[in-house]
Amino acid sequence: MATKTYREALNDALREEMHRDQDVFIIGQDVGKFEGAYRVTQGLLSEFGPKRVKDAPISETAIVGAGIGAAMAGLRPVVEFMTINFTLVAMDQIVNHAAKIRYMFGGQVSVPLVMRTPGGGGQQLTAQHSQNLEHWFAHVPGLKVVAPVSPADAKGLLKMAIRDPDPVFVLENLALYNTKGEVPDEDYEIPLGSADVKREGKDISIFAHSRMVNVALRAAERLEDEEGISAEVVDLRSLRPLDTETILNSVRKTNRAMTVEEGWATFGVGGEIVSLLMDQAFDDLDAPVKRVGGEEVPMPYSKPLERAAIPSVDRVYDVALQVLA
Amino acid sequence: MATTTENKQQLLDNYRMMVLIRHFEERAAQLYTQAHIGGYCHLNIGEEATVVGALSTLGPKDIVFTAYRDHGHALALGSDPGAVMAELCGKATGVSKGRGGSMHLFDLEHRLYGGYGIVGGHLPLAVGAALAIQYREEDGVVMCIFGEGATNIGAFHEAMNMAKVYHLPVLFFCANNQYAMGSMPEEDSAVPEMWMKACAYDMAAERIDGMDFFSVREATRRAVERMRETREPMFLEAFTYRFRGHSMADAGRYRSQDEVREWQRRDPIQLLGRRLEEDGILDTRTREDIEKAVDEEVERATRFALESPSPETDDLYQYVYTEEDE
Ligand SMILES: Cc1ncc(C[n+]2csc(CCOP(=O)(O)OP(=O)(O)O)c2C)c(N)n1
Repeated sequence: MATKTYREALNDALREEMHRDQDVFIIGQDVGKFEGAYRVTQGLLSEFGPKRVKDAPISETAIVGAGIGAAMAGLRPVVEFMTINFTLVAMDQIVNHAAKIRYMFGGQVSVPLVMRTPGGGGQQLTAQHSQNLEHWFAHVPGLKVVAPVSPADAKGLLKMAIRDPDPVFVLENLALYNTKGEVPDEDYEIPLGSADVKREGKDISIFAHSRMVNVALRAAERLEDEEGISAEVVDLRSLRPLDTETILNSVRKTNRAMTVEEGWATFGVGGEIVSLLMDQAFDDLDAPVKRVGGEEVPMPYSKPLERAAIPSVDRVYDVALQVLA
Repeated sequence: MATTTENKQQLLDNYRMMVLIRHFEERAAQLYTQAHIGGYCHLNIGEEATVVGALSTLGPKDIVFTAYRDHGHALALGSDPGAVMAELCGKATGVSKGRGGSMHLFDLEHRLYGGYGIVGGHLPLAVGAALAIQYREEDGVVMCIFGEGATNIGAFHEAMNMAKVYHLPVLFFCANNQYAMGSMPEEDSAVPEMWMKACAYDMAAERIDGMDFFSVREATRRAVERMRETREPMFLEAFTYRFRGHSMADAGRYRSQDEVREWQRRDPIQLLGRRLEEDGILDTRTREDIEKAVDEEVERATRFALESPSPETDDLYQYVYTEEDE
C-alpha cells in the first residue's frame, strides 16, 4: 500500500495501462505539453511521446468522434474532456454514435472507448463550469458510467474502463484530485457495476457516488457521535450498470434509506434508486426514502451562495434524521 | 481517352454495378410503398456515378464511412444484395442483423464502417479510423462520404481541421446533389461551391462532374494515389443530382419537374453506357444481358429478404454491450 492522491492514482492507472497495451493512447485538449488542465496526464507525454499522448484542437466533437472511430478500428483511446461541462458540445458523438454503433450495426464492431472528465462544483467556477451531468450518460443504453471517490477506486475503475470492450464514461471530481488514500501496489480489479459499502451500519442506508460519498461519510460520523445512529454508506461507484443487489441488501438490513448526489436531484440518480426500492424493497422500508441533491439553480459565483447550493454534511445529517423520525 | 487504356471487363463491371444499384433502389422503392421497408429510405438514384466511380478506386485495406444514403455504397463495396435488402426489410439476415435498417448498413468484411443518420456525425469517426491507420503505420486510406448539406454543421469543420492538423489520410468526398432536403447551397451555404470550404483547412480540393463516371473515377483515383504517398487529407466535390425525393417520404415540391427532367438527360448510367458503346465495349446485346442478370439478382435479393425471418424478440438486448462469448 502507498498513500496517493486521487490525481496520482489516475495518473498511475493511465501509465500502467499504456505500458501494458500499446493500443492505449490519450487524446484531449492540453493533455500533452500542458500536462492536463488538472494535471492528471502529468509526465505522460515525456514518457510516451506525442503519438500516444495527443494534444487536440478545441474540438470536443472531433476529439471524442476520433476516439470512437479509432476504437472501431481496434485502438483503445482514452479521451479526456477538460470538464464534464464541455461534453455538452459533443453529446451527439457520445449518445448517437458511441452508444449506438455496436447495436445498430448488429454487433459487428465494438467501441472500446474511455471518456474521462471531472464534474462537480465548489471551486467558484460558476454556472457553466460546475455541473454534475453524469446521470445524463447513465440514462443511455450502450454506455457505462463509473464515478469513483477514493484514489484506490479511481485507479482500479479507470484501469477496468480501459480494458472494457465498450464505451465507459469515467466521472472524476474537481474537489477530489488532491484527496489522499491508500492504493494497493499490486494490480487489482474492480468490476464495473459493483457498488461498495464504505461504512457499515444498521439504522439507515445512505446511497451516494463520487464526492458525495465523503460528505455522506462525515454525516454518518456525526449521526453516530451525536445521536448514536448507525448509518451505512453505500458508494454506488457505478451508475450504469447499477449494482442493484448491494443496494437492496443494504436496505433489507437497515429498512431506511436516503440518497445524496451533488447534482440536481430532479430526474436524477436518487430518483433511480428510489424507484428501485419501490419496486423491489417496498415491504422492507419503514419510512419514505428521501433525496438530497444540489439546489436547483445555476451554480452561483459568490462563495456563500455557492456553498448553499451544494449538498453539505449538515443537510445530509438533517435529512437522515427526518428519515429516522 | 480513358477507355482505351482501360480494362474492358473492369468497365463493364462498373457499368453493371451502376445498373444494379439503380434496379436495387427501384425495387427498394416498391418494397417501401408495399410497407416491407419502414422508417426512412434514401435512394442513390441519379448519384450512381459518384458511388461506383469513387468506391471502385479503393483497395482492400481502405475504409469507408458514409451517411444514410448508403445502399449503393454497400453494394459497390461488395456486400451481398440479399443481405442489404434483408436489412432494409429489418430481417435477421440483414447486414446489420435487422438492428440498423436502411440508414445503418455496416459490413466489416467489405470495409464499410457504417451508414450514419446524424448529418455530419460520421466525419469525426472517419478521422479516428484514419488516426488508427496512422498509429499502426498501415497504408490504407479512409473515404468519408457526405452530402453538401453536411458541410454546414460543426462536426464537418472540426473533422476537417483535425484531419489536417494530424495529417491523416481521409478523403472527404462530398456528393453535392444540390439539395439538403429542400435547401440549396445558395440558400444555406456561405459559399456556393463546397470545395471552397476545404481551402480554409489547407486541403487540396477539386470539383468534378458527378454525373460522369470517368470524371469521378479519375479524380478519385488521383486523390487516393496521392494520399497513399502524402498521407494528407484531401477533398472532392462531385456535382450531381438526385432524381428521387430526399427520402421515400418526400413529395419534392421545392423543385420543378422540368428541372428534374433536365438533369435526367444527363443520367449517369446512360452517359457511361453511351461512352462504352462508342468505345466498342458495350453493345445492345451485352446491355440487355446485363439488365436481365441484374434484374434476376435483385429479384433473388428481394426474395431472400422477404423470406428471411425477423430477429427474435428474445434477442432484443443482443449487441447493446459486448458479450464475453462473442
Ligand atoms: C444533425 C441533423 N440535423 C438534421 C437532420 C435531418 N436531415 C436528414 S438528411 C438532411 C439533409 C442533408 O443533406 P445533405 O447533407 O446534402 O445530404 P443528402 O441527403 O442530400 O444526400 C437533413 C436536414 C439530421 N439527420 N441530422
